[in-house]
Amino acid sequence: MIGEPIPRREDPRLVTGQGRYLDDLGAGALQVAFVRSPHAHARIVDIDVTDALDVDGLVAIYTYEDLAAADEAGSSHLSEPLPLLIPHPDLTHPRTAYPLARDEVNHVGEPVVMVVATDRYVAEDVCDRIRVNYEVLPAVVGLDAAIEATHLVHPDIPGNIGAHMVQERGDARAAIAAAPHRLELDLEIERSASMPMEGRGVYARWDADDRTLRVYTSTQAATSVRAAIAAKLAVPIDRVEVIAPDVGGGFGVKVVHPWPEEVLIPWAAMRLGREVKWTEDRREHFISSAHERGQKQKVRVGFDDDGRLLGMEFQVWHDHGAYTPYGLIVPIITTTQVLGPYKPGAYRGEFWSLYTNTVIVTPYRGAGRPQGCFAMERTMDAIADYLGLDRTVVRERNFIQPEEMPYDHGLVFQDGRGLVYDSGNYPALLDKLKALVGWDSFAEYAEQARAEGRRVGIGLACYVEGTGVGPYEGAHVRVETTGEVVVATGLTTQGQGHQTMLAQIVADELGVPVERVTVTTGDTRRFKYAVGTFASRTAVMSGNAAALAARKVRAKALRIASEALEVDPSDLEIVDGVVRVRGVPSSPGAKTEIPLSTVAVLSNPLRYAFDAEAARATQFAVGGSSEEPPVAEDDEPGLEAVDYYSPPRSTFAAGMHAAIVETDPETAEIKVLRYCVVHDCGNLINPRIVEGQIHGGVAQGVGGALYERMVYDSAGQLLNASFMDFLMPYASEVPTVETDHLQTPSPLNPLGVKGAGEAGVIPAAAVFASAISDAEGFAITRMPISPSELFELRERFAAGEIPPLRSRSGHISGEGRFVRAKEDSR
Amino acid sequence: MTPDRGPTEQTHDISLTVNGVLRQARVPARRLLSDCLRHDLGLTGTHVGCEHGVCGACTVLVNGQPMRSCLLLAVSVDGSEITTVEGCTDPDGSLGPVQRAFMECHGLQCGFCTPGFITTIAAYLRRNPNPTPEQAREAIGGNLCRCTGYQNIVASVLRAAEIMREESGDAGVPAAGHGRGERA
Repeated sequence: MIGEPIPRREDPRLVTGQGRYLDDLGAGALQVAFVRSPHAHARIVDIDVTDALDVDGLVAIYTYEDLAAADEAGSSHLSEPLPLLIPHPDLTHPRTAYPLARDEVNHVGEPVVMVVATDRYVAEDVCDRIRVNYEVLPAVVGLDAAIEATHLVHPDIPGNIGAHMVQERGDARAAIAAAPHRLELDLEIERSASMPMEGRGVYARWDADDRTLRVYTSTQAATSVRAAIAAKLAVPIDRVEVIAPDVGGGFGVKVVHPWPEEVLIPWAAMRLGREVKWTEDRREHFISSAHERGQKQKVRVGFDDDGRLLGMEFQVWHDHGAYTPYGLIVPIITTTQVLGPYKPGAYRGEFWSLYTNTVIVTPYRGAGRPQGCFAMERTMDAIADYLGLDRTVVRERNFIQPEEMPYDHGLVFQDGRGLVYDSGNYPALLDKLKALVGWDSFAEYAEQARAEGRRVGIGLACYVEGTGVGPYEGAHVRVETTGEVVVATGLTTQGQGHQTMLAQIVADELGVPVERVTVTTGDTRRFKYAVGTFASRTAVMSGNAAALAARKVRAKALRIASEALEVDPSDLEIVDGVVRVRGVPSSPGAKTEIPLSTVAVLSNPLRYAFDAEAARATQFAVGGSSEEPPVAEDDEPGLEAVDYYSPPRSTFAAGMHAAIVETDPETAEIKVLRYCVVHDCGNLINPRIVEGQIHGGVAQGVGGALYERMVYDSAGQLLNASFMDFLMPYASEVPTVETDHLQTPSPLNPLGVKGAGEAGVIPAAAVFASAISDAEGFAITRMPISPSELFELRERFAAGEIPPLRSRSGHISGEGRFVRAKEDSR
Repeated sequence: MTPDRGPTEQTHDISLTVNGVLRQARVPARRLLSDCLRHDLGLTGTHVGCEHGVCGACTVLVNGQPMRSCLLLAVSVDGSEITTVEGCTDPDGSLGPVQRAFMECHGLQCGFCTPGFITTIAAYLRRNPNPTPEQAREAIGGNLCRCTGYQNIVASVLRAAEIMREESGDAGVPAAGHGRGERA
């Protein structure tokens, strides 16, 4: 079953409209709308609700003062800032938001007033009648303004600097200074966002009789939301249940928690004794959820005559928005994963994480890796161009070789563990990619295209992705007396097919048909210990936990069956849900086999019978020794087990992408002719699901490279906060993805798997920059790129402001230099 | 911006034939068809992704034509026949051809946009039962999906056409009468 591209177990529900997403729940619940700040930076002078009070259907209006009063009257902690989820010693100036703004707002969209009403229409009517007076303050928008620090986002945080961090291995500056050749690159990537089709949402119900709070939230981290709610609302955690229902995409944004709404909605439900629900609308998602990607970068490298890196210095200015709830994860990933499949020589990675009066920045699929990949791959292209070498040759010469695995970079990764690659075969991946895209024959094609007046270019990019980040995940596996197998894991799912993938693993381990396995994710009633879904970790973490739990169940089943069949357990196997003696043909009812359902019955000694199956386990039916206890001292009733998987460190997947683009000589329109992916995520559990993940990642990569950006004006207004203006790709913009796999198992986990979820998006911006540069003959240093921007670059290139590349596909080598590159040859 | 409202909002009685069943609702004039279907009639298969008519998740068939239910007022379609994703099954309740194709081709991941694609494709294949791959891609060009990269949705369009041809027993002739979703 593992390795089979079976159809998904989730699909019959979802294709018939029977999915249950957040807003599909809670019919009849009270509805919430928020008054959000229209200013990027302002002091709240006054909130006047007088006009709003006579709206029919209004139930409650809450401001920060109500939170403070509630804290004073009870033991809640709502008037305190939201948690700093991931503290770090270098995050010297952290700042998190209040659930409702206190005195000051720091980005457009920050919640100021919460309105509860009988329906959403009425709640929005009420919001329209609430008058908030603001004293507008100067807004800090964009990295240049943040670095310049003429104005401060938070007056007590000097220079707008939340964190400054340096990681170094060897003396990079000295190595660069001593190198035969040096280059310097200035690069930039703009903001984008996860933008799942379903926004966030929270629905809470308080059972006053049972004193139990149940919260449904569209989250990637149900167990941690539960802990946060319990802490914030001062409800015993034992009385809090959090459930992630069907989640309509996450891509990172829903791993942040608790969002203000995740504590406010349950609080209102408890306070009002009514069910309360809030469903984020699209504009809210744009201005009050999270963004990512925005960075400026400087790369300095020193290399030898063959293009081998001797030293690399990488500086990053990272825009983290108004607050830092998710700590330094994104820039840490950028400055470590920048290294990709290469040996950098001496390395120095340094970043400044900066405040701006814009929406917070937290991981979006790839989580800092696309920016790191962009920096390294632009550098590789620059070195190739400088030395007049083929771009693949320079990469090949810098690869970590398979025999050098495990490879220790001597740096600390985002999980606090060493950046140690566990396995991988980068030369083999590159060979596969070159074959798939036809790298060696492209020059001929380009020459021919050029003769026809067309501009085409080819580009490639390589990445290594730390996946399966700890600390742990667990799983519970139980065989019911019907023979059905139920599995629960605590992390959540938002479209990755976890219920199918985990069922395949358990079916394989237990020897049962996959149709008999049902998986629950993200429901704290079923599994309370978990971390969450991020960093391409589910297959690695919950997959291995499920395998380990299933192995325990299998061992127990074999032990019970061996007693019943009076056969040594090592002579038994489980096939199709039946435990049987190896090598003996199946014969139902024979003394050589016993169905798992019966084993499940026998595993639970009973006093009372409620059906025929149970009767077989009652005290006068089972017999056995009258000296031994029915449940042995070290045993437990039930054919079930819980186990956990906790890895020593991350496992590192890898891949390489290539694209062929055509740029219109007149309009500068950029067309993707081909997109090729080779990918190594270790052993494949469900190849169809993995391919789907790659396709989706590439689509987001295409969006991030060619279309999507967050356009803020200087006052901090997000000008394109709608699907009309934020250009997410439609089918017409996304190419058909050609894929090939390599399977280099991870030695770190029992299944030998690595994560696959984020991979598709990581190298896309770098690939397109490479391909467009090749088509145009000058280097692209800033992404995303629109046709207008390419057109302007062409004009600057024609005016001699941008140096030409020395070598291009289909062109005879000429004079040229990488843009902005300061060559210094000795 | 919502208009100034009196103390109680005026409501209107409307009748819709939804997936072949006559349904009645009492709604304010400003009630969106998407909200009416989801919250008044309990048909939550129709999803709302943007509420400004761009993503297509809320697409339903109004008298057989794909329309964005987030851009329609419920009162404006009083008396219409509506088909939602719930109505795109075969008459016996099993998966309809487009639904089956999505499952076979891994045409969905999170499933949130899927209902809008299924209704759109069901209507499209009635008009063009034998699309080329290029036409299949064009047919879904007005719907956003953030998960799949569309490749497997294009494959689903082609596979659905194939299923419909197989079921009609005629390789080249337009299939007809496949479930309520395909009925005008």
